[in-house]
Amino acid sequence: MIPTDSHDSQARSGALVGVGPESATRITPGNALRPEDIALEVSTGLVKPAEDAAEYALRLGDDALILAQRLGHWISRAPELEEDVALGNIALDQLGHARSFLSYAGGAWGKSEDDLAYFRREPEFRSAHLVEQPNGDFAVTIARQFVVSYYQFELYRRLTESKDSTLSAIAAKAVKEVDYHRDHSAQWVLRLALGTEESRRRIQHAFKLIWPYVDELFLDDELTTRLAEAGVAVEPSSLRGDFDRLTGEVLAEAELEVPQVPAAPGGGRRGRHSEHLGYILAEMQVLAREHPGAKW
Amino acid sequence: MASQILQSQQDEAALEAEGQAYFDRIISEDSRIEPRDWMPAGYRKTLLRQISQHAHSEIIGMQPEANWISRAPSLKRKAILMAKVQDEAGHGLYLYSAAETLGQSRDQMMDDLIAGKARYSSIFNYPALTWADMGAIGWLVDGAAICNQVPLCRASYGPYGRAMVRICKEESFHQRQGFEILLELANGTPEQKQMAQDAVNRWYAPSLMMFGPPDDDSPNSKQSMAWNIKRFSNDELRSRFVGMMVEQVRILGLTLPDSEVRFNEETRKWEHGPLDWDEFKEVLDGRGPCNAQRLERRRKAHDNGAWVREAAAAYAEKQSRKQAEKELAA
Amino acid sequence: MKPPHGNPEMPASAGGGSDSSSAPTETTTQAPTDAPTNSTATAPGTTSPEATPQSQAQTGQGHRSAWPLWEVFVRSSRGLSHVHAGSLHAPDAAMALRNARDLYTRRNEGVSIWVVPADAIASSDPDAKGAFFESPQGKDYRHATYYTKSEGVKHL
Repeated sequence: MIPTDSHDSQARSGALVGVGPESATRITPGNALRPEDIALEVSTGLVKPAEDAAEYALRLGDDALILAQRLGHWISRAPELEEDVALGNIALDQLGHARSFLSYAGGAWGKSEDDLAYFRREPEFRSAHLVEQPNGDFAVTIARQFVVSYYQFELYRRLTESKDSTLSAIAAKAVKEVDYHRDHSAQWVLRLALGTEESRRRIQHAFKLIWPYVDELFLDDELTTRLAEAGVAVEPSSLRGDFDRLTGEVLAEAELEVPQVPAAPGGGRRGRHSEHLGYILAEMQVLAREHPGAKW
Repeated sequence: MASQILQSQQDEAALEAEGQAYFDRIISEDSRIEPRDWMPAGYRKTLLRQISQHAHSEIIGMQPEANWISRAPSLKRKAILMAKVQDEAGHGLYLYSAAETLGQSRDQMMDDLIAGKARYSSIFNYPALTWADMGAIGWLVDGAAICNQVPLCRASYGPYGRAMVRICKEESFHQRQGFEILLELANGTPEQKQMAQDAVNRWYAPSLMMFGPPDDDSPNSKQSMAWNIKRFSNDELRSRFVGMMVEQVRILGLTLPDSEVRFNEETRKWEHGPLDWDEFKEVLDGRGPCNAQRLERRRKAHDNGAWVREAAAAYAEKQSRKQAEKELAA
Repeated sequence: MKPPHGNPEMPASAGGGSDSSSAPTETTTQAPTDAPTNSTATAPGTTSPEATPQSQAQTGQGHRSAWPLWEVFVRSSRGLSHVHAGSLHAPDAAMALRNARDLYTRRNEGVSIWVVPADAIASSDPDAKGAFFESPQGKDYRHATYYTKSEGVKHL
């Protein structure tokens, strides 16, 4: 019997076949900056962030970490199995960014990513209120994703030029991934807004819930101003123009208005958080804190 | 009229005989049956049942592990666990696709699952109580699954075999990460080691039962083997698995909760203590610790997603209508 | 030849061909009794002519949400062909591409993806295997190995 196609011959030669160059199942780890690489650089003293840069990295890392924690909840609960996988990918990207930023930040204080994630108290976190917002229904998650990913894209795009080579390297890896997150959320904003009456009502409501937390992302403070002058960080306010323009284009295509809702004051960068963060941390940290000093 | 019917019945019988002969030849040559080939009704039914149960097991099996994503004790472990549970969604998808080639829609299969009409591996009806369960599930449950699945890469039904090839490749890290979780715990604090041993104690017997009932109580096995769907009997695979675990548990510095494990020099096979098949049947029939909870969670996810799926379908329809109008106008 | 129908990997009986009488009898008799059939696709205002068996089956049950089936082809690296990787469900081509990226390239499997609606694929008739594929057999003169007298001659 002559095989009629390559799949037949693959299947026939037994387990774990199909490693030829034509295979659609050839797998490789690829070659990219990993959180482990940064942790190694930090632990061997190859790099050590200045206090300011570490504080800044903490903000970016905490945003990504809390968002990943939120998104991870969708895995096994998404509207369709394909979306379980899609949201899982986004959560994994964010978790990767968080680990890189936290590993770097920890270098300033002799702490690991896990010390920072599991053994800081709520006021020591620097996440923005937006990422702390509950998942809500799928529309709320998409609205939150839409805002976060367009913000992070503008931020990381500029941060690739940072004079801090670790920050720029992390940003260079992250910007491509966040670009995909933008696309994912924009696709869904269009479908929910222009799909059915119910989906339109839900996404409109979701944007109303989420939009009060947009302003906080673009607030400058002493730290960002100092770091921006030194060419290390980006002034958050400088991202707003592009953010408004690009999100505006998608919203217009989706026939949605920018919600006219008052902005919430925020405070996450100073350690003043939403009511939600305490619960997020309680769940995230419970096991690690039960066994202080243990290795996993 | 009557003669016409008779004629068509004869034609049908002739076609069927021809199809059966062709099918038998393919099987005897250990070649592969492809979706549009003629196949006996029993073959199709058996495959559909097995593949859809396999797919359901992947999807329900996400839950006990997904429960620990939020509490994973390190960020590295969190990432690994997320990737693993995500893989399981992917594996469910590959398997549903394979089952769809047999003529049943994924929605139908999902409806059957949610309605409690379909079965899935009963092991996922046990609770994952501690972090060490993530280790034990990876090491024992995925280990048993891999033992089962590697021979299925050569299953006579092409799409099933191809799905299994992909799944086996991706799963190669699943068992290892579980083993490493247990290894860390076993070498950790006394509490951690205790946690690891406790998890192994709870998951050992259920993982052995994953291979299915003993051969003399497994009526479908023989036919499945004749059709080259199954390559080894339940007991054969179970015995092999026990042998591997005996070796590996030593490296972990833990013990298997089975004083009767031994290598039978005569049969050259590993033997284990008695398994509680009554409990197995109870759990399979829905009276396990988590059956209701698992199905409810799946049902909720499916129901809560309905408006999203409808929205995307409606959007696609509107877009293609717009596109058609544009082309018409041009 | 049968008309192209549904998922190329789906038995014709379950694939909802436009004319049920053209479905080959042997697979009809083999189809599971609850397999979707064309007769369920009669709910008003539901499906486009392109609707797949899945969406037809679902409209019959009052669901309007079932996403059609897509076949996914992945190019594993530059210079190679796209190879069939599997299938998935998606509401439209844009999402099918994204789902394919998320599902089939999580481990660097590809540099390019095609997605094709499963029901847009025309496939050869499995019953015509002999007529379709056996003709080339025995035509050894199409192969270099047939020409033995020139064996050993360099650069030939």
